Amino acid sequence: MSGTRDAGRSPARFRASLSSLASVPITLGGLILVTFLIGRAVPIDPVIAIVGDHATPDVIARVRLELGLDQPLFVQFWIYLEHLARGDLGHSVMTSRPVTQDILIFFPATLELATTAILIAVALGVPLGVIAAARQGSRLDQAVRVLSLAGQSVPIFVLGLVCLLVFYVKLGIAPGTGQQDVLYEGMVPRLTGMRVLDAALAGDWDAFWDALAHLAQPALVLAYFSLSIITRMTRAFMLEALAGEYIIAARAKGLSPARILWRHAFGNIMVPLITIIALTYAGLLEGAVLTETVFSWPGIGLYLTGSLLNADMNAVLGATLVIGSVYVGLNLLADLAYRVFDPRVR
Amino acid sequence: MEVIVRNLRIAFPSHQGMAEAVRGVSFTLKKEKLGIVGESGSGKTLTARSILRLLPRQARVEADRLEFDGIDVLRADEAALRRIRGKRAGLIMQDPKYSLNPVMTAGAQIAEAWRAHRGGSGKAALAAAVELLAQVQIRDPRRVALSYPHELSGGMGQRVMIAMMLAPDPELLIADEPTSALDATVQAEILRLIEDLVSRRGMGLILISHDLPLVSHFCDRVLVMYGGRVLEECRASALARAQHPYTRGLLDCLPSLVHPQRQLPILERDPAWLGP
Amino acid sequence: MNSSMSPTRAYLLSDTPQSRRQAGLGRAYRGWLQFRRNRLAMAGLLAAAVLILASLAAPLLATHDPSAQSLPERYAAPSAEHWLGTDEVGRDLYSRLLYGGRITLGMVVVIMVLVAPVGLAVGTVAGYAGGFLDRALMRLTDVFLAFPRLILALAFVAALRPGITSAIIAIALTAWPPYARLARAETLTIRNADFIAAVRLTGASATRIVLRHIAPLCVSSLIVRVTLDMSGIILTAAGLGFLGMGAQPPMPEWGTMIATTRGEILDAWWVPTLPGIAIFVASLAFNLLGDGLRDVLDPKQG
Repeated sequence: MSGTRDAGRSPARFRASLSSLASVPITLGGLILVTFLIGRAVPIDPVIAIVGDHATPDVIARVRLELGLDQPLFVQFWIYLEHLARGDLGHSVMTSRPVTQDILIFFPATLELATTAILIAVALGVPLGVIAAARQGSRLDQAVRVLSLAGQSVPIFVLGLVCLLVFYVKLGIAPGTGQQDVLYEGMVPRLTGMRVLDAALAGDWDAFWDALAHLAQPALVLAYFSLSIITRMTRAFMLEALAGEYIIAARAKGLSPARILWRHAFGNIMVPLITIIALTYAGLLEGAVLTETVFSWPGIGLYLTGSLLNADMNAVLGATLVIGSVYVGLNLLADLAYRVFDPRVR
Repeated sequence: MEVIVRNLRIAFPSHQGMAEAVRGVSFTLKKEKLGIVGESGSGKTLTARSILRLLPRQARVEADRLEFDGIDVLRADEAALRRIRGKRAGLIMQDPKYSLNPVMTAGAQIAEAWRAHRGGSGKAALAAAVELLAQVQIRDPRRVALSYPHELSGGMGQRVMIAMMLAPDPELLIADEPTSALDATVQAEILRLIEDLVSRRGMGLILISHDLPLVSHFCDRVLVMYGGRVLEECRASALARAQHPYTRGLLDCLPSLVHPQRQLPILERDPAWLGP
Repeated sequence: MNSSMSPTRAYLLSDTPQSRRQAGLGRAYRGWLQFRRNRLAMAGLLAAAVLILASLAAPLLATHDPSAQSLPERYAAPSAEHWLGTDEVGRDLYSRLLYGGRITLGMVVVIMVLVAPVGLAVGTVAGYAGGFLDRALMRLTDVFLAFPRLILALAFVAALRPGITSAIIAIALTAWPPYARLARAETLTIRNADFIAAVRLTGASATRIVLRHIAPLCVSSLIVRVTLDMSGIILTAAGLGFLGMGAQPPMPEWGTMIATTRGEILDAWWVPTLPGIAIFVASLAFNLLGDGLRDVLDPKQG
């Protein structure tokens, strides 16, 4: 009598990952289509939306020709796709540069901010969630629950403003807005676009500390929201895991509480937790838009809001497309991580 | 090794006050096989788990005596209890689908139990795990050791569970409905395995089940529980001469080839059995 | 059971309801009792109720006309005249906050009224129909689910004229997918139940089954989701206002109020901060309320 069921390891897992990957082009395609429609079909005059109110008549005529606005919509879409394939997101009225170039300039700063924020959130949130679950009902647990709830309800931009007010203005312990003090402007060669990293690589430690000090506030503000989510989800997952029968079996084996908590309970939640972290990171991109506005952080969020105020359609759509794609990519990573790490899905 | 339980009471807080799940259970156990029989809700699982104090956090446990080999289980601290659990008494649970950790291999879980109480290197523990899997009559122990619980059948999983709990070489084994989740054909095998291992190692056994004939077959003594109380206690061989109407009712409604009946009698529950 | 219980309470808590109405009311009452035990949830309910009532009664509760400017009184500190001070053109902050509540809550309600039924419809149809229709609808849902809500709303509003209507449409477009997902998941669970098969045997059409039997069962988890989502939508709407893409000045939307006065945070810090606190309290209230509702209606998800 056969005792072991072969769960058909490799082929099934491969097929499942394949279907995940297959959905990405559809989603990206949808994103591209939606941004295209927003750019062409929604505004009253798409050309004015792109070139602004003050453009001369021949500029308007040229752009109209370029976009093929006299052609049917799907031909326009094809032209749009062609441009995209070349990496051409159009020209920005605000900066007079190609949008693609703008994005390459601004994106690293957002990456620096978001990555720092998620690292803080995970480093603090996961242990907090685990300990809160281990001591369910205690004072610590209640405090953690309340703080998480509050963290999810606070508008990020208000938190940012209040932090600036308290720490910069009243207490003077944090630097003001921007990525760096005016003193250090242009002193550190731009390698990655992330000032902290660039300063470290260049060995300019004064600039390094200054950049780090400037990074601290916006990163912490951005981290608070994701910290709340990660703590809450970690706690919820842990509570569910700790209610499992295998935990009783582990206790019956006479194992230490620490081992049961981390090796058994936490070991079981790592996979859904990674998914949540990836999704939270994606959500940080949205929070970044607001945080960068408050702290004048030169990232893609600031670029987006700037182009919104200037009604610079190309820039808006270009930034939307890029942020949206990263978002989709992170969602996919979260999905794949699940399949790779969960032995049950193998 | 002696387990002494006197007047065990377990209650849970509920919206209507305290709900009593176990109401004054008493028994003693030496190096023998004790069966505890009862329907769902009779309190048998709670009673057995209270010996190792493995109850849910909100449970309120009281007893005149609750001792494992002279150690007062009620008043012992966690560290003392951890010295009993695993090393001196093991617990086998009903469904290996849930009682084995899904993200650890079978071998790793057995090795963990070994190492926690016998020390040694990881390699030695894993080798011991493979050896134990062979003892529980698994044909390809090395492959099973590297498998995850969801890849194993019910019978296999239960054997892993047994191996895991026997790894520290305990004196007592508590088997909480070990075969209820298994196919009928596998049930007998697993029980024979348990009986064999327990006899060879000279262990005590508490076998919990809702299946009266099964328990009477494998155990020396039988406890019949209902509504949190022990209604009857007798030697397994003397079960046919049981006194209490509940036990008699259970026995009478068993179909028999030797004394076939046209209609099986229905067990009439007397509220008096729930006591004052 | 207590014999000193009032007859109404006995009726509601009876173990043997005599009519559907009694069973329904009894369940609601038991749910209410359980909800009442959760102090945080009650706080949320209270706060939300106060907010809604204050917004509805804004014309009665306001002390000034929210658009009445008075430049000599700009950035006045809180006083007997202006309970919470004045803003950058001397308008009474307290009155503006009240009317701002109307805008925010009004936006949220409109969005929910648009989004929840659409999500429910898409989800139940996809779940019940199965096959190609299911896959197609779910692909569509997934595409919209994969978009970052705020970003897309921004782009959309930029294309239209920035304002409340565009903001509402933009948020609604990205808010509906989770409801479709939820409704579909519930439908899949229910669809194989015996009672559905029984109704089908009596000759009920698919439409009738979905409308009268499946959809009502999805409603409770939908309500939980709606309440929890409200807090997020309040934040998104305020965020849009803050970025200048939502309600436009001089409308007293809380986010917009912060945007126009953030420069003054050094001197008249209460002017941008108080609307911020209002946003926080509103969002928190619905979060607490939704959490409490979930514990009562959907315990397995807790």
